[in-house]
Amino acid sequence: MTTPTPEVAEAAEPDFDVIVIGGGIAGCVTAYQLAQQGRTVVLIERGEAPGSKNLSGGVLYCRGMQEVFPDFLTEAPIERHITRNYINFLNAESSIGIDYKDSRLADPVNAVTVLRAKLDAWLSDKCEEAGVFIMPGVRVDKVLTEDGPTGKRVVGVKAGDDELHAHVVVAADGVNSFISQEVGLRTKEPLNHLAIGVKCVVNLPRETVESRFNVTGDEGAAFAVVGDCTQGVGGGGFMYTNIDSVSVGVVLRLDDLTAKKKSSSEIFDHFLAHPYIAPYLEGGELVEYGCHLVAEGGLEMMGEITMDGLVVVGDAAGLTLNTGLTVRGMDLAVASGVAAATGIGAALESKDTSKAGLAGYRAAFDASYAGHDMKTYAKAPGFLEVERMYKDYGDLIGNVLHGVFDHDNTPREHIIKVAYKAFKKSPVKIKHLISDGIAGVRAL
Amino acid sequence: MKPLSVPERLAKNRFELDEEESHIEVNQEVVKATGCAQTIVRCCSAHVYTEEADGTLSVEYAACLECGTCLQVAAPGALKWHYPRGGFGIQFREG
Ligand SMILES: Cc1cc2nc3c(=O)[nH]c(=O)nc-3n(C[C@H](O)[C@H](O)[C@H](O)COP(=O)(O)OP(=O)(O)OC[C@H]3O[C@@H](n4cnc5c(N)ncnc54)[C@H](O)[C@@H]3O)c2cc1C
Ligand code: SF4
Repeated sequence: MTTPTPEVAEAAEPDFDVIVIGGGIAGCVTAYQLAQQGRTVVLIERGEAPGSKNLSGGVLYCRGMQEVFPDFLTEAPIERHITRNYINFLNAESSIGIDYKDSRLADPVNAVTVLRAKLDAWLSDKCEEAGVFIMPGVRVDKVLTEDGPTGKRVVGVKAGDDELHAHVVVAADGVNSFISQEVGLRTKEPLNHLAIGVKCVVNLPRETVESRFNVTGDEGAAFAVVGDCTQGVGGGGFMYTNIDSVSVGVVLRLDDLTAKKKSSSEIFDHFLAHPYIAPYLEGGELVEYGCHLVAEGGLEMMGEITMDGLVVVGDAAGLTLNTGLTVRGMDLAVASGVAAATGIGAALESKDTSKAGLAGYRAAFDASYAGHDMKTYAKAPGFLEVERMYKDYGDLIGNVLHGVFDHDNTPREHIIKVAYKAFKKSPVKIKHLISDGIAGVRAL
Repeated sequence: MKPLSVPERLAKNRFELDEEESHIEVNQEVVKATGCAQTIVRCCSAHVYTEEADGTLSVEYAACLECGTCLQVAAPGALKWHYPRGGFGIQFREG
């Protein structure tokens, strides 16, 4: 056995135990947990400050976050506690809603609204308190690799002229993840795995938010809208209440948006101006306009999440679930961050940060609520690609209800007959209803 | 709410403009050969792209919201798109 020369020994001792690329939720949670374990961690964020590049609809299922930060509900910059879920089938001339309000949703709180520029800044402060070295305003250009016994091994990152080395690099760089593409863990996604989210934040006085959305105190409402709001493009719209503003937007599947030759900004305008949406925003002031990609592939999109010296977390790993009425990505980002920190901690402990040494990450993730949910909803993306979901069903229900409630002095018909007539006019056939019903129950 | 045009909306945002470097490059040959100009124009919610009379695609990179959608829908090789340099570009205050 040869003893290494001093230079080699020095080079073998990297600058940090772990480098995290990206100060979103996944990156911050991973960094925080590792710092809590006593590891040296640097978190590199390309935005001026963590959060300044990030955007979500805004409903965070927060139980996972509370396990990481027990004071999350009282300390974090939370907007409102969701106690009212409103599901809205929107047609050109009618709106049909299911209004689900439940005081049990407030105790214990299971979903809150957040604004990412504020939330991520808070998370990064928590990281800093725990000892993480934060480097904002720095874009990682590539990872540094070396040829190891089992192939390429990631040993650090390059940003401009600077190089940093670590035992493990965490790619937490979001849905576009250039890092996981560079190392070959992900290839270009098919367009049906991606959607564009277009969103604005509209300021309204606090009292107006509460009276219009029928909530009081710190209660909040989440409106999920499907149908005419996206002009038939696969996806949906949302309106989420903040303390004194509303987050409003649409999510549009890219395969369908391009096939139907629609413009994303025009669909967004159409939604804001819709006679059933506009009154909620009346008198408000638009204070920010943004767009962001959404990962929608579910389990199918989640590929390899580890390699020698590197793990991938959050959106970068394709970890988002669209169940039709909710987009869930933030809670999965939390869960993957927690699982990654467990796996990385064990790998550092055993001094084996190869792919095999990091295998604890995937195991911990699969065992978490998020891992189970990814499997439960594995069929959801396929189900949501069924065209009828976005137009025909809304029209059908609308026509049935119109037949029942439109007292135009013609003799009334039994609801079954009304439904039958509406059905005959609709492109939806009984067999669709049955097959979509079964597929829906299985997928969701 | 008063309807606002896309440029009016963008004016509400905070951008840290990189005067020296555009993060978007168009390969006009590929765009023309594949006819993907309109797809790119329609998908971009920030109206960064315009198809000119001669069929070329012009770029107003300063308005980019950095979603990455254009790169996903463009024909392979039509766009070179990467994130702006550290600290530049859109800086959300709400998110
Ligand atoms: C319109 C819309 C609505 C949504 N609604 C919801 C919702 O209601 N509920 C929900 O749970 N989820 C929702 N999501 C999904 C959710 O926003 C994401 O799943 C979540 O943000 C993922 O977090 P992340 O930390 O993995 O990635 P991100 O938040 O994208 O963070 C990635 C970070 O990496 C940084 N970065 C990237 N590349 C580099 C680089 N090279 N160098 C340095 N830094 C880099 C970025 O600046 C960013 O800070 C929605 C998404 C959209 C777009
Ligand atoms: S990244 Fe998004 S906002 Fe920027 S040019 Fe492309 S589509 Fe437009």
